[in-house]
Amino acid sequence: MNLWENVHLAISSLMANKMRALLTMLGIIIGIGSVIGILTVGDSLSGSISDDIQSLGARNVAVTIQARESDISRAPAFVQALRNGGNAAADKDLITTDMLANLKAAFPGSIEAVSLTETVGIGEVRDGQRYANLTLTGVNADFTVANELTILGGHFLTAEETESFKKVAVVSDKLVDNLFGKQNPLGQTIDVVIEGIADRYTIVGIYEYEESSLNPSMEADADINTSVYIPLNTALHRTGSAGYQSLTLVTTSNTDAVAFAPTVEAFFKFYYDKNPDYVVRAFSLESMADTINDVLGTITIAISLIAAISLLVGGIGVMNIMLVSITERTREIGTRKALGAPNSSIRIQFIVESMIICLIGGAIGIVLGLVLGSVGAYFLESPARASIGNISLAVGFSMAIGIFFGYYPANKAAKLDPIEALRYE
Amino acid sequence: MSSDNMIELAQVRKSYFIGHPNEFEVLHGIDLHIRRGEFIAIVGASGSGKSTLMNIIGVLDRPTSGSYSLDGVAIETLHDRELSRIRNHKIGFIFQNFNLIARSTAIHNVELPMLYAGLSRHERHERAKELMAMVEMTDRARHQPNELSGGQKQRVAIARAMANDPAILLADEPTGNLDTATERMVMDVFHRLHEEQGKTIVLITHSPDLAKETDRVVTLRDGQIIEDRKGVGHA
Ligand SMILES: Nc1ncnc2c1ncn2[C@@H]1O[C@H](COP(=O)(O)OP(=O)(O)OP(=O)(O)O)[C@@H](O)[C@H]1O
Ligand SMILES: [Mg+2]
Repeated sequence: MNLWENVHLAISSLMANKMRALLTMLGIIIGIGSVIGILTVGDSLSGSISDDIQSLGARNVAVTIQARESDISRAPAFVQALRNGGNAAADKDLITTDMLANLKAAFPGSIEAVSLTETVGIGEVRDGQRYANLTLTGVNADFTVANELTILGGHFLTAEETESFKKVAVVSDKLVDNLFGKQNPLGQTIDVVIEGIADRYTIVGIYEYEESSLNPSMEADADINTSVYIPLNTALHRTGSAGYQSLTLVTTSNTDAVAFAPTVEAFFKFYYDKNPDYVVRAFSLESMADTINDVLGTITIAISLIAAISLLVGGIGVMNIMLVSITERTREIGTRKALGAPNSSIRIQFIVESMIICLIGGAIGIVLGLVLGSVGAYFLESPARASIGNISLAVGFSMAIGIFFGYYPANKAAKLDPIEALRYE
Repeated sequence: MSSDNMIELAQVRKSYFIGHPNEFEVLHGIDLHIRRGEFIAIVGASGSGKSTLMNIIGVLDRPTSGSYSLDGVAIETLHDRELSRIRNHKIGFIFQNFNLIARSTAIHNVELPMLYAGLSRHERHERAKELMAMVEMTDRARHQPNELSGGQKQRVAIARAMANDPAILLADEPTGNLDTATERMVMDVFHRLHEEQGKTIVLITHSPDLAKETDRVVTLRDGQIIEDRKGVGHA
């Protein structure tokens, strides 16, 4: 008796009891549906994080100085940044231009660009009723290599401008909306106030502000803080800083950024070994993304496992109905045996039937889960991703449940004594 | 033992509730030889053990003791799997209550033994059509059992019993649920299979008239053969 015959038989037996079959499947539908839904949301979240990292630059290595005594020495860079804000490093602790020149010389084939930034501070621009929050940051020409910016109007700071001490600025479209409305901002000036000191800059370019899953904004549109980019030297002149707390290296395309980060740390050891207060740490964005995705993946799997408990309940429901069905069909089983069906045929017949219940339930569950997952992803504002892996996993799992919970009833049917079965009233 | 014998039962006993205080023996040492191509009727009061004997002959059940050889093969030595094969290839069962598989069409029921024999879809279908024609049920091939009359069901059941061209047909009160006209029709099918195809047929019946039509009538009482005489035969 081949598989197709068994499938045919199973379907006709389910069709004879449509309502019962559907109710039996419900547990499987809900179980598979919720697991697929959760996995879809999880995937879409980690997917959009990966995309963000990719757009931030998977080849980037963030280099930052870090206070020595800290027991958070291995905490992610953003935690470090918060921490370093507290006790400002002295000039002797900063990464100098000399060190960077030596670094570039030491790894000529590995470093494509060194993006240097000097943050002047957080401030605002006010113009009557209108205002915009901003972070004033000086950047060098390599900034655009490390960061992807979409220029909407004007131009980004040229190499010549970043080397100069000009008071020019590239601002976000958000800031433009808040300050200028429909007016053309190019060529206009803004008075940036930081810690009570005002500075006037001329707008030469506008970039598109992008919110990412890594720095979601909770504020109202008008209050969002966006970066205003000015020439590095202009910023250094304003802060009087002799070096950099942090910078971003862009590795060449044939360099493994994850492996390069420790090499960079080792290089800086030479300068910082005798520094009692600070060391230099380097992190690749990719390894950071891996860490985040690992955590997210663990959470997703944990929630899925909880959802999978309903699959267990569903499986028990299937087993129950199979037992009922076999009791109802005792005579049929006896007849089949009298006609020469070996026990194995009977066993397979009922296992296939239970598998078909679970597979149909699983298929409906997958569709339901994808719909739920898409809705969830929509509310989390990350694009929904249907993974073939998850779907095949769900199909495999449904089949496994069918076999596992179908085996006992099927085996019971196979072992029925033919005489008893034929006598069954 | 002549190889002429299809069925040889020697001192066959069957007990129920073995080892329990209420153990009792239903068959008390049956000796019965049935020749190849013989049409034999088994009669006896209700509860005399006819069906029990029939189930043993059809290898659905094993004797508690005694020996049984079917077509020269000692049944005691065989495993369940081999008994299934024997039922499938050598034996055709016909029941009083038909035992057609519900929700399967008539022709599908006829195909069933061939399915277990591993025949291809095409072979099954062709053979099933022939068999349906033989019992004059061609026009009802696609009907489900609950759409057929008792006589029609029994004819489908006979076609199904014949599916793998078994040497032996075992019919346990096949006309018990039928009226006399239909009974006649079913009996005529048996006679035809006996005369034209040389089948060995064992028929259990409560009707002395039907029993007389066969070659030989065996009477059971309380699990023992009390009479074994020639039948009148078919006119
Ligand atoms: N599974 C069983 N367990 C216990 N006793 C049984 C079982 N099967 C049959 N018997 C007993 O065996 C005896 C013979 O039963 P059997 O069915 O062979 O009679 P029968 O001659 O076919 O009767 P009928 O003409 O009514 O069909 C009966 O007394 C019955 O109660
Ligand atoms: Mg009986």
